[in-house]
Amino acid sequence: MGRYLTRRLLQFIPVFFGATLLIFVMVWAIPGDPIAALAGDRVLPDSVREQIRDRYNLDDPLLVQYGKYMGGVFQGDFGDDFRGRPVTDLLAQRLPITVRLALLAFGFEVVLGIIAGILAGVRKGGFIDNLVLVSTLVVIAIPIFVLGFMAQLLLGVRFGWFPVSGVQRGLHGYLLPAMVLGSVSLAYIARLTRTSLIENLRADYVRTATAKGLSRRRVVGIHTFRNSMIPVVTFLAIDLGSLMGGAIITETVFNIPGLGRAVFEGVQRQEGTVVVGIVTFLVVVYMVANLLVDVLYAVLDPRIRYE
Amino acid sequence: MSDRDRERLPTNLPAPVAIPPEPAGLEPAVGREGSLYADAWRQLRRRPMFIVSGILIVILALMAVWPGLFTRADPRLCDLADSLLRPSRLHWFGTDVQGCDYYARTIWGARVSITIGVLVTAASTLIALVLGSIAGYYGGIVDTVIARITDIWFAIPTILGGIVILRSIFSTRGLLQVSLVLIVLGWPTMLRLVRSSVMATKEMDYVDSARALGVRNFRIIRRHIMPNAVAPVIVYATITVGVIISAEAALSFLGVGLQLPAISWGLMISVAQNRILTAPHLLLFPGLFLSVTVFSFILMGDALRDALDPRLR
Repeated sequence: MGRYLTRRLLQFIPVFFGATLLIFVMVWAIPGDPIAALAGDRVLPDSVREQIRDRYNLDDPLLVQYGKYMGGVFQGDFGDDFRGRPVTDLLAQRLPITVRLALLAFGFEVVLGIIAGILAGVRKGGFIDNLVLVSTLVVIAIPIFVLGFMAQLLLGVRFGWFPVSGVQRGLHGYLLPAMVLGSVSLAYIARLTRTSLIENLRADYVRTATAKGLSRRRVVGIHTFRNSMIPVVTFLAIDLGSLMGGAIITETVFNIPGLGRAVFEGVQRQEGTVVVGIVTFLVVVYMVANLLVDVLYAVLDPRIRYE
Repeated sequence: MSDRDRERLPTNLPAPVAIPPEPAGLEPAVGREGSLYADAWRQLRRRPMFIVSGILIVILALMAVWPGLFTRADPRLCDLADSLLRPSRLHWFGTDVQGCDYYARTIWGARVSITIGVLVTAASTLIALVLGSIAGYYGGIVDTVIARITDIWFAIPTILGGIVILRSIFSTRGLLQVSLVLIVLGWPTMLRLVRSSVMATKEMDYVDSARALGVRNFRIIRRHIMPNAVAPVIVYATITVGVIISAEAALSFLGVGLQLPAISWGLMISVAQNRILTAPHLLLFPGLFLSVTVFSFILMGDALRDALDPRLR
């Protein structure tokens, strides 16, 4: 276990630098002069230009720029945007909003997804099973922005159960976007739980447990359930990572000022530092989640031994 | 080995598809004749899921190739006097702001979606088959290099990466540019699948015996490994067509995909969002077509998986 962890952590390093470098290069490939864009219609004196270029290391080769930038990141400095405001400030302001949305979506999908999966799995081929299978397929197929608009139109405008957009009204405003954001993962969780449960119900230990006279409730609820949760839990860990970064569309539809929105606005305004800063942060979150999955896997399932 | 890889398919793509632990088709089940595929076909013909999705896909393909079959109206011939009409006998789906017939536009929208979906899936599957079989079959340093590169791509979420590349590299964005970006972001998932499938097949006895007979590596891969490793790839590729169509629409919706005057469902929805209250039909019809398209490919993938995965029989 210890050796596996060390190896996994060592692998983390090249992937981290590779991914961040890739993003850095892509963002700074944006055509056009960012300083000219900053100045707008006015012409900047050369001395000012020089100073700004110097401040953002724009005269160095790209690799050196990247090196200097990463040096800052490790000291908690993600650079400034073109108005001189640190990107970390922006992160501090936007992150809580995204986290709140992600956690709500996560809670929603975990509870409903697992319940639906179990109900479907215990009676394979039954009415509930077919209902869950078909409805999850439909949810997966509807693109999230279509789903978002439908929810807005029906539950927000027509019935007036939820605020239509924005987060001014506190937690209540997060509910509808969270449900939309979590819906696709909910469908996956339900299907995964179902498949895993059905597979495990065929296992020998289940037959043994039934044969020695345990109640159906105990066989399914304790013995099978715990084993079936292994793939689900690992899915959940990755999902939490991607919920943080994958909320761009939901945040756009519901006009929520979270991290995804901030990245998108950064790209539109050609604010490279903002984009690189936030995307770097998101990639780290995503990668840590992936790492966590591998470790969780080894901890949860003793049958898997990493050599 | 593959257990771990299998669990790490990205979540912005479809859920981990159950991959057969070992390829089937080497020995026909007792009492049956024919290959895995003949068996699968026999089973598929009786499945309503397969029939429904098959019919839908055929209709959509016709729509993409030959839109004139469904509508006589010209989607680009618009009369401003007819702006924002509700659905009526004359205009089945109403008209948009410019007064274009919305039914014609929705039908013509299928072309872009289907083209991008099929093109991107075909290209990334091809890349994945070549690189994945090399990595899976030879192992060692080649495998390590390919796997690490995949890891790096993998760390970048699809939509996020798509926005950054599309905004920064291309000044005009058409079908080709969007497809290219989706291929670039899409191949790693497929590659992992091919790699683990090839690795599992490689361990089979018949591969050993082929090698013992002195068959060359390339021929082993082509004749012995590929036919047996490709079943999960077919399933996943079918689902991917749907996922890519959805991704294209999402990028166009965000304003970084296709640009006007292209006719695409994602773009139509993007334009419709400002009039969601006054003209909901502008959102409804392209949304419905888009969902049904994605649905049919995912349903087809599901049906294929049931038929091709011998564990579920």
